[in-house]
Amino acid sequence: MFDRRDLLKGAGLAAIAATLNSTKALATNTVTLPFVNGERPLVKYPQKRPMIGLTSRPPQLETPFAVFNDGPITANNAFFVRYHLSDLPYNLDPDKFTLEVKGKVDKPLKLSLKDIRKMKATEIVAVNQCSGNSRGFFEPRVAGGQLANGAMGNARWRGVPLKTVLDMAGVQAGAKQVTFNGMDGPVSDKTPDFVKALDVEHATDGEVMLAYGMNGEDLPFLNGFPLRLIVPGYYGTYWVKHLNEITVIDNVYDGFWMKSAYRIPDTPNNAVEPGTSPKATIPINRFTIRSFITSVPDGAKLKKGGITLRGIAFDGGKGIKEVAVSIDGGKTWTNAKLGKDLGKYSFREWQLPVKLTTGAYELKVRATSNGGETQPDQPRWNPAGYLRNVVETVRVTVA
Amino acid sequence: MQRTALLAIVLSMALAASFGSVTAAPVNYQLPDEVAAFKPGPNLAVVQGNCSACHSADYVSTQPPMKDKKSFWQAEVTKMIKVYGAPIDDADVGKIVDYLAATY
Repeated sequence: MFDRRDLLKGAGLAAIAATLNSTKALATNTVTLPFVNGERPLVKYPQKRPMIGLTSRPPQLETPFAVFNDGPITANNAFFVRYHLSDLPYNLDPDKFTLEVKGKVDKPLKLSLKDIRKMKATEIVAVNQCSGNSRGFFEPRVAGGQLANGAMGNARWRGVPLKTVLDMAGVQAGAKQVTFNGMDGPVSDKTPDFVKALDVEHATDGEVMLAYGMNGEDLPFLNGFPLRLIVPGYYGTYWVKHLNEITVIDNVYDGFWMKSAYRIPDTPNNAVEPGTSPKATIPINRFTIRSFITSVPDGAKLKKGGITLRGIAFDGGKGIKEVAVSIDGGKTWTNAKLGKDLGKYSFREWQLPVKLTTGAYELKVRATSNGGETQPDQPRWNPAGYLRNVVETVRVTVA
Repeated sequence: MQRTALLAIVLSMALAASFGSVTAAPVNYQLPDEVAAFKPGPNLAVVQGNCSACHSADYVSTQPPMKDKKSFWQAEVTKMIKVYGAPIDDADVGKIVDYLAATY
C-alpha cells in the first residue's frame, strides 16, 4: 500500500506511475477536465495506476484519456470504476463466494467460483461504458457524476454464458425477466439496493456472460471481482459487479434502479429540447455510436507536415462500418483505414495520414455502423446526461 | 535466463504484496484515505453530520455551477431524502440547502 502522504506529492505520483509502467510519468497531482468545475485529483488505488478521481466514497475513477491511444484494449489498471453505494465487499473471500440462482427456476443453484471456473469458458471483447460518460459536456449542465470521456473501456472478458447457468437451473414457463444483485450495497437499509434486470430473451441470448477474467487476469477488485455480468453493447449500469444473486421473475422488475433511475426519453433519438423533461421514459439500453481521435489532444500544437491521426470507434453491437475524418471543421471528409476487427462489441481502431500546413485546424471524426447509425453534428440532450455521441472536435494549431 | 525468471517472480510477488493483490483470500482491499472535505460555510457541522454517512464530500463539490443554486440543491437534498432514504430531520433540510447554495 502506498501512503496517502506520498500521493499528495507530485514526485510520489511520478514514482508510482513509473513503477506501474505507465506510458507517461505524471508530474502533477491534479488534472482539469475541459468543462467548468472540472478540476480533479489524480488518485492511486490498489491495482490501479493513477486515475482521475471523481468521488472517493463510493469510489469512482475515470480513465485518463491518453490511455485510449495505447491500443484497442484498455489495461485493467486503467479501467474506469463506478459504484453507486458505499458498502463494498472489501473483505470478500473468493473461496467462500457463492453465486445463487433462484426464483422461477426448476432447480435453484448455489455455485462456487470453482464450479463456475470448471464450466466451459468463452471469451468476448466488449466495450463497457458508463451511462453518464461525457456528462460534464452537457449544456445546459445536469446533475450527476461530472465525467469527461474516460468512463469507458474495452476488455477481453472470460467467463461462462449466462444462458448456460440459466439452462442448468431451468427457467420456468412464464418467466419474464432476470434480476442481478451484487455484494455491494447501501449504507442505510432505506436506500434501494443496486439491482438491475434484463428480459429473459436477452439474458439467454448466449452473449450475456458471467465473467471472472479480464484481459487474461482476474477481475480487479474495483471492476467487480470475483464475478461480474457482461452485457455486450449495453451501458455499464447493467454490468453488475461482485455478482452473487440471480433471480428469475415472472413480472417486469420495478426496483428503483430500473423503474426510476437510468431512464432515457421515449422519443426519436431519445432526446428532448435542452432544459425540458420528457413525457415518457424507457430504461437505458444500447450504446449510441461514438468515435474519438486519441493521438492528438485538444489544444495541441503540431509541427507542419505529415501526421497520422489515430483513434477508436464503437457502437451498440452492429459493428463499425466506416470512420470518416475531417481536418477542415466538417466541410470535407475522408474515410480512415480501420484496424483489426476484434468483434462487433469492441473498440475499432482507425487511422488516417493527413498533411497539415501552418494554421488552426478543427479535426473531426464520425463513425457509421453496419446498421447505418451515425453521429449527429449537434449534441442531443436529455436530463440525465446519457447517450452523448456528438461528432467530437479536436482543435489544434500547426506551426 | 533462470536468474531473470527468478527475479521476475520475486518482483511480481513484491508487486502483488504491495498492491494488495487478490491472489490470497480474503481480499482485504484497502481504499486510500478519504481526502475530500466539505468547504467551510454556514451550518457546516449539520452538513457533515447528515451527508457524510453515505458519501464523500466530492459528490457535492464536483457538481456543476447551476444558475439557480437554491432550487438545484433543494432538489438534490429532496432526492437524498425521498429516493435514497437519508434520515435528515426536517429542521436540518433548510440549513443544508442554504449551505450548499452558498458554498458550491
